[in-house]
Amino acid sequence: MEISSDKDYIYTSSELDYQEGQLIEEVKASSRESIQDPDAWLDEELKRNILLTSVDWVLDWARRSSLWTAICFPACCAFEFIAAEGPRFDMSRFGMEILRASPRQADLMITAGTLTWKMAPNVRRIYNQMPDPKWVIAMGACGISGGIFRSSYNVVPGYNKIVPVDVYVPGCPPRPEALIYAVQMLQKKIAKAKVVPDLSELPNPLRKGKK
Amino acid sequence: MTTTRELTLKTEPFVLNIGPVHPSTHGVYRMRCTLDGEVVVDIEPVFGYLHRGIEKLAEERTYTGFIPLTDRLDYISPMSNNLGYCMAVEKLAGIKVPERAEYIRVIMAELQRLANHCIAVGSMLNDAGAYFTPFMYTFRERERIVDLFDMVCGQRLTYNYMRIGGVSQDIPGEFLPALHKLVDRLTIFIEEYENLLKLNEILLARAKGVGILEKDTAINCGISGPVARASGIKWDIRRNDPYSIYDRFEFDIPTCENGDCYDRYRVRIEEMRQSLRILQQAMKQVPKGPVKADVPHLIRPPAGEAYAHIEAPKGELGYYIVSDNSIAPYRCHIRPTSLINLAALRQMVKGWKVADLIIIFGSIDITMGEVDR
Amino acid sequence: MTVAISAKEIISQLNTKFPGAIEEAGADSVLVKSDSLLAVAEYLKTAEGFKFEYLNYITAVDYYSYFEVVYQITSLESNRSVVLKARSYTRDNPTVPSVTGLWQGADFQEREIYDLMGITFEGHPNLKRIFLWDGFPGYPLRKDFNQ
Ligand code: SF4
Repeated sequence: MEISSDKDYIYTSSELDYQEGQLIEEVKASSRESIQDPDAWLDEELKRNILLTSVDWVLDWARRSSLWTAICFPACCAFEFIAAEGPRFDMSRFGMEILRASPRQADLMITAGTLTWKMAPNVRRIYNQMPDPKWVIAMGACGISGGIFRSSYNVVPGYNKIVPVDVYVPGCPPRPEALIYAVQMLQKKIAKAKVVPDLSELPNPLRKGKK
Repeated sequence: MTTTRELTLKTEPFVLNIGPVHPSTHGVYRMRCTLDGEVVVDIEPVFGYLHRGIEKLAEERTYTGFIPLTDRLDYISPMSNNLGYCMAVEKLAGIKVPERAEYIRVIMAELQRLANHCIAVGSMLNDAGAYFTPFMYTFRERERIVDLFDMVCGQRLTYNYMRIGGVSQDIPGEFLPALHKLVDRLTIFIEEYENLLKLNEILLARAKGVGILEKDTAINCGISGPVARASGIKWDIRRNDPYSIYDRFEFDIPTCENGDCYDRYRVRIEEMRQSLRILQQAMKQVPKGPVKADVPHLIRPPAGEAYAHIEAPKGELGYYIVSDNSIAPYRCHIRPTSLINLAALRQMVKGWKVADLIIIFGSIDITMGEVDR
Repeated sequence: MTVAISAKEIISQLNTKFPGAIEEAGADSVLVKSDSLLAVAEYLKTAEGFKFEYLNYITAVDYYSYFEVVYQITSLESNRSVVLKARSYTRDNPTVPSVTGLWQGADFQEREIYDLMGITFEGHPNLKRIFLWDGFPGYPLRKDFNQ
């Protein structure tokens, strides 16, 4: 087989720009509504037996004690995040320290900074690339609502338009103590999570078509 | 170190995308690199992932109300941004700043330069592959500088400290003794740091002769700040167009000849020493008096335009403000140091390996908040 | 000290060299006709006695009836600077010649003005939007931009 020498399979940069623009418009059009907080289950009556609860506890303990963070540092808040990781505040005391360049190795996203519409598809892609279970901490006023830039033409009013957010940390920027507190809150939240599914909700292979 | 530009084996060029989320791009910078094997043939930078429309937002705020937004431009050195903006408005409205406020401003600006260079040097070495170890050292010292800022304005990153016609509040009584201690400490720290790194074999191999920026290219591209001075351009606005009270202090302008990454590193270290010299002179002379001129809350500068520039840690930072005699700027343009310093990146990286591209990029020291605005 | 050259000093020289190119001489700026901007800029950059080889910044202002592009250039040797201005009087497709051939640093700044203000720079090698994406409606820094 002969490979044709003209490289029409490589996109030119203007084509790439065009595609990117299309993607941004798509994301912008589909993100009018906020995504609901994914923690409605927290108030639910826990109906689990003792054995499963203990298994849950062990799994949750493992999950909450080593949170790995994906890099998502668009703007100023990143510096307070680095300060929280840095020599003085030393977040690793709380089982949360490792930064991962690849989202596929991470289970926590700390969104430190303003989100613009041009960046939004990338953030969603990072989030989608993270393996389950995954959590998001929205850091700073920009992460919560767009903050000081809310009225700008290019700023997404809050990360919860793009990804579901578990914990919000107010401040512009939040002090490192606040971020550490937020991580502890998240750990408490993870501790309550139900990992082992309720047996009655599982599909029963003996009775096809029904639960 | 030499580069092998003549390749024995020719490969098909291919495109590699770096960024916008990448640990070594200092924010959300993206480049499309065309590579030949591992050698960079061409790069095309893509900006705009942090474009927040600050220049447009300026038009719907009052003159004072815009100061918090300037903090968020170059968020590694907010004090310098504040200073540049306030100077532009003062020039426009013809406001005279009290003596004490000028001294406080100079002290803050120089502390900011120290803090910025701590980050710049640390993160450049971080990009060289020393994962986080030098960064921890420099960050430790930055925390001490930030403590002082925290003392005067209660914020750790976005200070919002300067005001049109002065500063927002006087420095507390314990500030100057603390500054004294810090200056002593930083003098020792810089020595310690230099000893660790100056003749470090790995740093020399990675940085010496890498990413050379010729003097003519630098001038043609409008490069300023430490990057320009590392290429041998003796140009410092503090000396060439003295603003505030910089003409009262003695300090040198360090320059180097080669214009490689190592020189950029050395110029920054040397600049930190000079900043300490300025601080030592300034803190002895701080006079008593008011810290803010008598300026109304809603300033209406006369119609006209003004451009004020300062030597920010990254280079020439300027504000071009047009007034139409209302309470908000008619147009506020910010001369983006980081964006203009990137103009020469393409020439600098051609022919180098991808790993060198990262350290060359790191040695320019940019902030995305300022590039995209 | 960077001395801003007052327009008067330059005007007489420019007038003899480029008759009719100067539209208006302000107190500290020279307003040049946009079709002769390139020639004037090149003269100021290369001629003996001027040597303005450093471009500080380019920006543009929307004054409703016209767009004004502002250039500040500096001579590093003699430590002097001058402000050049050029205007474009149409709103539909304002055009100004590009100075990227003279100063490479103008590249990104002209793209930025094109992106945010919608001024086309003739002769720019790679004129496309820099901060916003293809298909963004309107030019945000124009005064009549509506979100
Ligand atoms: S919340 Fe404040 S500090 Fe954080 S990214 Fe937004 S503007 Fe910057």
